Amino acid sequence: MSAVADRYGEFKELGVEVIAVSVDSMFVHKVWDEEELSKMVDGGIPFPMVADGAGNLGRVYGVYDENAGVDIRGRFLIDPDGVIQAMEVLTPPVGRSVEETIRQVKAFQHVRATGGAEACPSGWQPGGATLKVGPDLVGKVWKVWKP
Amino acid sequence: MGDAPAGCARPTGTVVGEAPPETTAKGTESKEEKRMSVRAGGKAPDFKAPAYHKGQFTTVKLSDYLGKWVLLCFYPGDFTFV
Repeated sequence: MSAVADRYGEFKELGVEVIAVSVDSMFVHKVWDEEELSKMVDGGIPFPMVADGAGNLGRVYGVYDENAGVDIRGRFLIDPDGVIQAMEVLTPPVGRSVEETIRQVKAFQHVRATGGAEACPSGWQPGGATLKVGPDLVGKVWKVWKP
Repeated sequence: MGDAPAGCARPTGTVVGEAPPETTAKGTESKEEKRMSVRAGGKAPDFKAPAYHKGQFTTVKLSDYLGKWVLLCFYPGDFTFV
C-alpha cells in the first residue's frame, strides 16, 4: 500500500481516487498508518482504508480467500460511470506494479477522451501512437504498429 | 439503520449508479442477492463500509465516487511485508 501512497500525487493529478481494502479493522489501519506507513510516506496514507472484517466486499469482488480469511491482492480500475475497466488479482507473495497501474489509467483515460475512437495498442505509453479504430484499419494494423 | 455508521462492510446489492432494489410489496425480504459478477467491462458492485482516513473513522460508499476514476485496491493485511 505504501507503494501506491508514494505515487498518490500522480493518481491525484490524474483525477483518480484510491480506496484500500483489507480485512483489518479501522483500529489496526490506524495503528499501521501511524506506526509504520507514515514513516515510509510523508503524512501517512492519504486515502481511505476500508475495514472488510467479514470479507463481504472481498467475496463480491472475487478476491476473498475463505481458508486464509483474507482479501488477496486485487485492484480494480473503475471509470466515472462505475464500470470496471481493468482488474488484476494476485496471490499474496507478489506485489503489484504501480507503474503499470498508472500506465493503464492513462491509456483508459486517453481512450475515454477520444470517445473510443482511438485504441491503445500493447505496451502503449502516453504520447505513443494509438490505433484509429475504423474500417480503414482492418488488415492494416501492420502498417501502423509493430510489436 | 439508515445512515448510522456502517458496522461492517456490506455490499449494497446493486452496482454503482443503480437505485437500490425495491422492497417487494409482499413484505418478504427477497434474500436472493443478485449474484453479481465482477468482470472487466461490467459495473462495479456498490458497497458501504467503515474506513480509517487520515486520523478519522469514516464511511466509504463506492457510489459516492461516481463521476470520478477510482482505484479499488484489496490487499492481504496490515503489517504484511510486500
